[in-house]
Amino acid sequence: MDLAGAYEGILFDVAGGFTLLLLMTAGVVCIVWDIFSNDDPVLPVLAAMTCVVAAGWEVRGLDAGSSTAFYDLIRAYGLTSYINITLLISALVSIVLSVPYLNRIRRGYGEVYALILFATAGAVMLASANSLVTVFVGLETMSIALYILVGLVRQGGGGIESALKYFLLGAFSTGFFLYGIALLYGATGTMILPDLAAGFEARGSMMLLFWAGVALFLVGFLFKVSAVPFHMWTPDVYQGAPTPLTGYMSTASKAAAFAALILVLYYGLGDLAATKWQTALAVVALVTMVGGNIFALVQNNVKRMLAYSSVAHAGYVLVALVAGTGEGYAGAAYYLLIYSFMNLGAFGVMALLEWDQKEGSEQTIDSLSGVGLRKPILGVVMTVFMFSLIGFPPFGGFFGKIAVFAPAIEAGFTWLVIVGVLASALSGYYYLRVLYVFWMRPQSWSAPQVQAHKFPVPSLSAAVLVACAVVLTVIGFVPVVRDLPMVYFDVAFTGGTP
Amino acid sequence: MLAESLFVMLGTLSVIGALGMLIARNPVSSALWLILTLFCVAGLYLTLSAEFIAVVQVLVYAGAIMVLFLFVIMLLNLGTMPTMKGVGWKKAVGFVLCVVVLTQLVLIGATGLDLLPATEVVDVANAGSATTIAKSLFTRYALAFEVIGILLLVATIGAVMLAKRRFA
Repeated sequence: MDLAGAYEGILFDVAGGFTLLLLMTAGVVCIVWDIFSNDDPVLPVLAAMTCVVAAGWEVRGLDAGSSTAFYDLIRAYGLTSYINITLLISALVSIVLSVPYLNRIRRGYGEVYALILFATAGAVMLASANSLVTVFVGLETMSIALYILVGLVRQGGGGIESALKYFLLGAFSTGFFLYGIALLYGATGTMILPDLAAGFEARGSMMLLFWAGVALFLVGFLFKVSAVPFHMWTPDVYQGAPTPLTGYMSTASKAAAFAALILVLYYGLGDLAATKWQTALAVVALVTMVGGNIFALVQNNVKRMLAYSSVAHAGYVLVALVAGTGEGYAGAAYYLLIYSFMNLGAFGVMALLEWDQKEGSEQTIDSLSGVGLRKPILGVVMTVFMFSLIGFPPFGGFFGKIAVFAPAIEAGFTWLVIVGVLASALSGYYYLRVLYVFWMRPQSWSAPQVQAHKFPVPSLSAAVLVACAVVLTVIGFVPVVRDLPMVYFDVAFTGGTP
Repeated sequence: MLAESLFVMLGTLSVIGALGMLIARNPVSSALWLILTLFCVAGLYLTLSAEFIAVVQVLVYAGAIMVLFLFVIMLLNLGTMPTMKGVGWKKAVGFVLCVVVLTQLVLIGATGLDLLPATEVVDVANAGSATTIAKSLFTRYALAFEVIGILLLVATIGAVMLAKRRFA
């Protein structure tokens, strides 16, 4: 390869990978800045501004057809822009919510914001993957940054336990993932996702190698999105991590992993005997929805409950992937956007409610009695988030559920959708229980106790939460948000390359 | 022919090394067995003309990582595990025979169902040289290469932050 020509090509591609490069650069700037001015309050502002600029750049790419950049390593524009905006919103909201929370527990380190930027860079790389190499490097960058963020609160045991658990199990699943990639490469002779199917056919007689590779690869993904047989780490990790960062973990890392899974299924495995992975995914989706909801029913700690509920939501997204159609993938992308708002909001409210220095690990349903009456803003936005998580009509969650379930019915998976709807009806119990405790169970405190439990709600955090709630209320009535991802999978529009 | 016999020799040695690592009762001898395996794998890379990877394998795994392992083992002061005296030679022979029979069964099953990949000869004359790897690393995989740099930075920051920060 002619080296001079190669670098000209790379220079030309910088526009396609702009978000990724910007996030990495800003992260490095944060770290270097932190050396000279330790824990500077400017750093979160810088990180948040980076996310805003990157999201603005990605909005430009929403209407463009998808293309590849950096020698087919990543995709740019189109669906990738859509997912990247989800990831950047998640990072932005998390940064804003983290500042007062981390300052209160005296963990407002500059490194944290750099790590959030790096984790987002990894997520963006994962979500725009067009090659198995990119999938792996993106996944690892994101995961390692998250392991560190989870272990941020070190005293009390919960943080260490959850960080170590996450790290060990995550490293183990990475082993599966890498072995799967190795087998896939051996069976197809290529790392580029759209070439996988052709490579498989050209080599012939690689059945065992190929499907074993696909299975191991899927195990790695299903671990990251915490689907049911691989979900054991989720409640402990979510409970022990700093709450705003739990919100980030449950949205950005999940959205990125799902986006990569969509790309792998659509480009890599789409044309191959689809039934094979469809059946496997259908079974996983079924047990994930049922298991997640049933485990959530018996939780007394709200963060654990939300962790299991995020397992259940992963199951809903999997239903859309099982359909294996363009509508299904588009529905999943739309659901991930809505899910990010709901979960960021719910974890954000929980973060603000940790007023008495009790970390989330100790917060039970009972300690939240009557909070809605004392802090009406938090109560009202929590009501919106909970109803949206159930999938109650005027809110975003309802439209999201339509978007993921309808394609599955069209693809003939009616039984799966029936189970999904029943499971989400079940979820009404534990979501509404939170609201019952918030509003209808009065706290029988004496006046000094009430005085002792006064806590401020930072106005910026409240504004962000209100914004999330407003978005969830109106997003269903803005059809363009739902229809955009459809276009990316519309063969007539894109010629088969979303 | 030479390559084949080399492969058989190195492959057998590396499997023996792996077994030895599992069976060894003392953590330090486990680590030494592992070094044997790593060296043999490096040799396997050499037979595939992947010189660069072979050298890196020896430098990184057999060198740096093993030294770390040994340090950790010695610092942790692990005791030896219970000996294998209790297992009689009959059981040992039975185990070996079982493994042999199982291997044959799996092999027959795999060939019968046509699951094994076809043998193929890949032209690897220049594939493993440092020049080839460097060229594709800095052009085709330049982005991944840079992001791995960020990954290592993140890991370093994390190690320093989690271990060194004074938590007040």
